[in-house]
Amino acid sequence: MFLNQFLFLAAALFCIGIYGVLARRNGVLVLMSIELILNSVNINLVAFGAYHGHIAGQVFALFVIAVAAAEVGVGLAIVLLIYRNRRSIDVAEANLLKG
Amino acid sequence: MFATEEVAELASNPWIYDNIWLIPALPAASFVLILFFGKRLPYKGAEIGVTAVLAGFVLALIATFTWIGDIEGVEEGEGEGEHALAADIQLAAEEGAEGGHGAARGAPIVNETEWFGIGTDANQVTLGTAGAEEAVAEESAGRGEGFSIPIGTLVDGQSVMLLFVVTFISSLVHIYSTDYVDGDRRYTHYFAFLSLFTASMLFMVLASSTLQLIVGWELVGVCSFVLIGHWWEEKPNSDAAVKAFLTNRVGDIGLLVGMSILYFAADRSFSIPRINEMAVSGAIGKSTLTIAAVCLMAAVMSKSGQFILHTWLPDAMAGPTPVSALIHAATMVVAGVYLIGRLYPVFYVGFGISGGTLNLMAFLGGLTTVGGGLLAFVQRDIKKVLAYSTVSQLGYMVLALGVGAYTAGMFHLFTHAFFKACLFLGAGSVSHACHHSFDMKADMGGLRKYMPKTFWTFIIGTAALAGIPPLAGFWSKDEILVGAGVFPGTGGNGTFTIPFIFGMITAGLTAAYMTRAVWLTFFGEYRGHAHPHESGPRITTPLIILAFMAVVVGFLNMPTGFVDTLGLPSGWAHRFEEWVEPSGIASFVGADNGFTHAEPSLLLAILASAVALLSGFIVWRYYQALYAKDPKATEYTDGIASNNALAAAGHRVLEEKYYLDHLYTDVVAGGTKGPVARLAYWLNQNVLDGIVDGAAKLSVAVGRFAYRFIDQGVVDRAVDSSGLSALASGGFLRRIQTGQVREYAALMFGAAAVLAAVFIFAV
Repeated sequence: MFLNQFLFLAAALFCIGIYGVLARRNGVLVLMSIELILNSVNINLVAFGAYHGHIAGQVFALFVIAVAAAEVGVGLAIVLLIYRNRRSIDVAEANLLKG
Repeated sequence: MFATEEVAELASNPWIYDNIWLIPALPAASFVLILFFGKRLPYKGAEIGVTAVLAGFVLALIATFTWIGDIEGVEEGEGEGEHALAADIQLAAEEGAEGGHGAARGAPIVNETEWFGIGTDANQVTLGTAGAEEAVAEESAGRGEGFSIPIGTLVDGQSVMLLFVVTFISSLVHIYSTDYVDGDRRYTHYFAFLSLFTASMLFMVLASSTLQLIVGWELVGVCSFVLIGHWWEEKPNSDAAVKAFLTNRVGDIGLLVGMSILYFAADRSFSIPRINEMAVSGAIGKSTLTIAAVCLMAAVMSKSGQFILHTWLPDAMAGPTPVSALIHAATMVVAGVYLIGRLYPVFYVGFGISGGTLNLMAFLGGLTTVGGGLLAFVQRDIKKVLAYSTVSQLGYMVLALGVGAYTAGMFHLFTHAFFKACLFLGAGSVSHACHHSFDMKADMGGLRKYMPKTFWTFIIGTAALAGIPPLAGFWSKDEILVGAGVFPGTGGNGTFTIPFIFGMITAGLTAAYMTRAVWLTFFGEYRGHAHPHESGPRITTPLIILAFMAVVVGFLNMPTGFVDTLGLPSGWAHRFEEWVEPSGIASFVGADNGFTHAEPSLLLAILASAVALLSGFIVWRYYQALYAKDPKATEYTDGIASNNALAAAGHRVLEEKYYLDHLYTDVVAGGTKGPVARLAYWLNQNVLDGIVDGAAKLSVAVGRFAYRFIDQGVVDRAVDSSGLSALASGGFLRRIQTGQVREYAALMFGAAAVLAAVFIFAV
């Protein structure tokens, strides 16, 4: 029972995140949705770590937070440059790689 | 290298016999070292060569004294308690050495290890796994399929004697060369090959098997090729090198055939002692030995410059003079004589020397000795005089061996090495002073005033060569004449009248042509344009050493009668014979084969010396008379050769060297190359061209077929269809590539979901 609640919360967050990534056209919101996905994973890691009485879960969560910070930094920089070039941050319009 | 205490210790210890391989190994190592590091050294590699050869000489000296000590020791052991026995043994040795003395004295010492095997080890291993009994059966069956070839050293009187001579002469030649070829463009290269030459000869001398002998023989040939052609930029020099090499190849065929015959005749053995033993005991048939001996004679003819294959030897004068000295005194040309001595029983039995009157070897030797001596008269080039003199003296040695005078032949080889090296190095010294010219008539004359050391050593060498008593050449030449067994009271192995006459003629000829050479070089007025001067100490010191040896070495083999007359200790007689004869013929001397030593004759010695002195005197008077007419003249302009048609014809024949070179180049080479060329042209036009044309046509047809069907039909179609399929698949796949990041993300998540489903439900 103790673990399930965390898992449900994480699953809900994960699904919201995926929905945000797939449905939103605003680049910043897509990045935020990715943050949601990562944090849902963090919740899982910490929950399992506490459940097994092991420190590894928390360590990995810290790693993920650090990587997420870097990822957001890079992502926001890209979004900023796209905005400068196109005056828009609609990811649907950024389709230069279309085959 | 070795302290004297060590030498003393070694005298009783056969260490040197076990390690005798060091003597050829030292110069061989020096060759490699000079080649790789020579140019970087302060003396350009010469120091390595000189050191290695000198070290080899020290070892050879140790070996010589050990060997002599052994023989003397055996003698003393036998004569224990009664002093007279030592004299008895000498007497027995002189009179045919019946009984067991020959076998008791220093038998040849053979040290062998496996060189390479064919099928021996491998066979035994495989058979061993299959079944040990079979392996044993294979072994007991003897040679079976596989056999091993041993490599090793054979130490006996003859090889020790040659070791001494080769290292001695080679050391002096090395030292002499440091001055003589100083500043040469291939100085380092020269010393490298001088070392290799010495090593090859020593390797051959120590050979214990005929196969090893052949290897050494060929190595010597290659080195002579390189050194004769040392200044190959000039065409005559490289021609001379090629000529020497090719002429030797002619004889090598005989060597290979002869050695093969002996190999099979001696029950598949290359071992020299074994072949000799079987030849003596009659295990090999006489006719087989005769055929083998004739084949080997061809090799001797080419290597040791016997008629009619001697033509390369005078041309070999194209090489640097120290090399000529080495070739003519110690290495190369004595290889042939050494070969006869090494397998002497084969020749002795094969040619039926015992009790004979004439055989191929004695006749060839006699012909060579006179023919070479005559040619020496018409040469302008001082080195060519010496070269023909070598031909003549080698003929003497072969003659000696041909009449059964083994010791005399070997002794002449020994003494000849010293005075001939002395003469050659002297000629080099003379040319060094005269702008490197060897032309006696144009650039020499009167040199005795300018270079006294060279003059006196040359005179000593000349007297020794001419056989003036008591110098070295006198003793050995006298022994050969005695050995022919013609002169009353000499005994010998047979009555070889014709070789004896040849020998006597040559005794006169030698003195005459050498007097001519000495007069033209050192007497009269100087005719050249250089400023002659005495050579430096590195040239004159070897000359003086060699001249000294030319005086003393003859006393090694004085006859008993002479020793008795002078009241010398009787042990001084026939030392050389005592030391050298217990060799390949050790078993032979004792065996009942009729091998005897001839009895020396005082009358013959006086007669031969008188002939030499008289002929030398006649030539001397001739040139004195000429000098009185015109101090600068070198020949009579209205002499017998220009007035008498017959004499002129004879002179012409000699100048053309008996037309032998014409025979070889024009008749033999020219006669064969025309038809061969025509045949080759016909073959080329009809057979080879047909094949080539056919092949071309066939390939064109194949090409057409391949173009039409394979290239157009198969390959092109495959290429086209692969392109089309790529286009089609690309057209389908491009639809996925929308450029929409969200669609990619959807695909990724979808795939992750599928993967998760697989993990959950399938695993």
